Amino acid sequence: MMSARDKCIYFISLHRTGLTVSLLTAALLLYPLYEDNPYTLGITNLIAINTMVVLGLNLFIGYTGQISLGHAAFFGLGAYGSAISTATYGLSPWPAMLLVALLVGLVALLIGVPILRLSGHYLAMATLGFNFVVHSVLLEWDEMTGGPSGFSGIPYLGVGDFSFDNEVRLHYLLWGFTLMGLLLSLNLVRSGVGRGLAALAEDETAAAALGVNTRNAKIKVFVLSAVMASIAGSLFAHCYTFISPDSFGIFTSTDMVIMVVVGGMGSIWGSLFGAGLLTLLPEVIGIFETYKDFVHGIILVLVLMFLPQGLVTGLVDMVRVRLALRRREAQ
Amino acid sequence: MLQLMSVCKNFGGLPALGHVSFQVPHGRVTALIGPNGAGKSTLINCITGVLSATSGSVLFKGKEIAGQPAHAISRLGISRTFQNLRLFPRLSVLDNVLTGLTCEGGQSMAMAMLRLPYLRHRERQLKLRALEALDRFGLSDKSSWPAGVLAYGDKKRVELARATVGQPDLLLLDEPVAGLNGEETFVVGEQLKHLRRAGHTLLLVEHDMDLVMRIADQVVVLDSGRCIAAGTPEEVRRNPLVLEAYLGRMEAVA
Repeated sequence: MMSARDKCIYFISLHRTGLTVSLLTAALLLYPLYEDNPYTLGITNLIAINTMVVLGLNLFIGYTGQISLGHAAFFGLGAYGSAISTATYGLSPWPAMLLVALLVGLVALLIGVPILRLSGHYLAMATLGFNFVVHSVLLEWDEMTGGPSGFSGIPYLGVGDFSFDNEVRLHYLLWGFTLMGLLLSLNLVRSGVGRGLAALAEDETAAAALGVNTRNAKIKVFVLSAVMASIAGSLFAHCYTFISPDSFGIFTSTDMVIMVVVGGMGSIWGSLFGAGLLTLLPEVIGIFETYKDFVHGIILVLVLMFLPQGLVTGLVDMVRVRLALRRREAQ
Repeated sequence: MLQLMSVCKNFGGLPALGHVSFQVPHGRVTALIGPNGAGKSTLINCITGVLSATSGSVLFKGKEIAGQPAHAISRLGISRTFQNLRLFPRLSVLDNVLTGLTCEGGQSMAMAMLRLPYLRHRERQLKLRALEALDRFGLSDKSSWPAGVLAYGDKKRVELARATVGQPDLLLLDEPVAGLNGEETFVVGEQLKHLRRAGHTLLLVEHDMDLVMRIADQVVVLDSGRCIAAGTPEEVRRNPLVLEAYLGRMEAVA
């Protein structure tokens, strides 16, 4: 018979993912009661948006073992898509968001099919090029996007008469979406499909020999991550009601990749951690504001030198290897 | 079970395999032997779709598989191990074996993301089967270790567990005992015999002649990309062409 304590430990270990998600949800539900400073909430809201992009990107980089330096493009297409369809053409925001996500998914599919034949540096260059193209279009197509001066007058999201127009309301909206993304990603990586992706990231030949359709899997995850970035972009547009091409350049893309790498490749929780850390850092230490790219670069180099799998994944791996080695010695 | 007809493979202009034809009968152990560079691994790679044959045909259960991609061939029921271990070092031993059940784990990404009750149930069943396979190879106490820290012999066994857990119809083993000591080789040999008794069909590439003679029902000899002999271990052992391939041409002077 198991003692009550053993049962409790067994229950926790069996449901650890569900329990962690529930705890996080509870903490986020209560957070605005404790913290009502709009500035602080604005920062945590930005973490939510970044986390959503980073989750998708981490599925692509960490789990599938590919690289994309162009995800800010999908983020921007989502934001401008929602902005133009609602403010210019008067579409209702929710269906617009869905429609834009579908279209961005289609774009990702169209460019994914040819460029995912590439790998490594070539794939990085191709995605970077795509980001450049999208960024230039956003800058140059004045009559549609407002050009360098940006696009304003985007409506808030709402349900009936209720409108998500202040930080507390946006907090619930954005974190609701992010938690949904987190849960779906956690489910994905804990399934047979997710194991196939993890296998693909480590050894493509072996994964194919085990029945993983490597080409399709890469494209599917690429499209999925683009759709997630697009939804995050739409939320970004409706949250700030103003967007400009600056937010969707290649430096945003590299920041997203840095968040993935710092948080941890192939770690869903690491995505949350990486997005949180890199969004908070410039706020916590004022000097970062000016030297943001410089500091991000240093962090990236340090992480890649000492924990190439990223902070969370690297540390978890280290502990697991240590434990296993100790048991191996003991035998 | 598996029938090769006149399989050729050229790398650039260089022929690696020339008109290789033989059959792998159902429920038997076929050993593929030959000196280094004879084209054994190339042939395995052509069968499993890692490389595509330049010409010729490969029939599996009467169906043409030459030219199909690796994942499709794997889904037909052919599984393999690699000459140089190809485990996933960061995944746990259990997860490594679970990847051997990829074909049964469902393919739909949307379903995986929803994680409906039927999927949880299937995950539990797959996990049980993987644990069972680990148990067969005496690895159950290491199931949570990252595969990268295992000793070499254990890694070889994890790869065997991964290749057999899905109950494949045909199992291709590329040098399963390379680098193992005598005792470990013996154990692997017993496990291969056990697989044969359980009704698996095996195609084995191996340099260890003792093992080949002990467990093979049929031996096929490759030399310089050509099939020079095929038959029972006894026949092949006496075949002068085989001796020549291995020992060099005997000059008639002595």
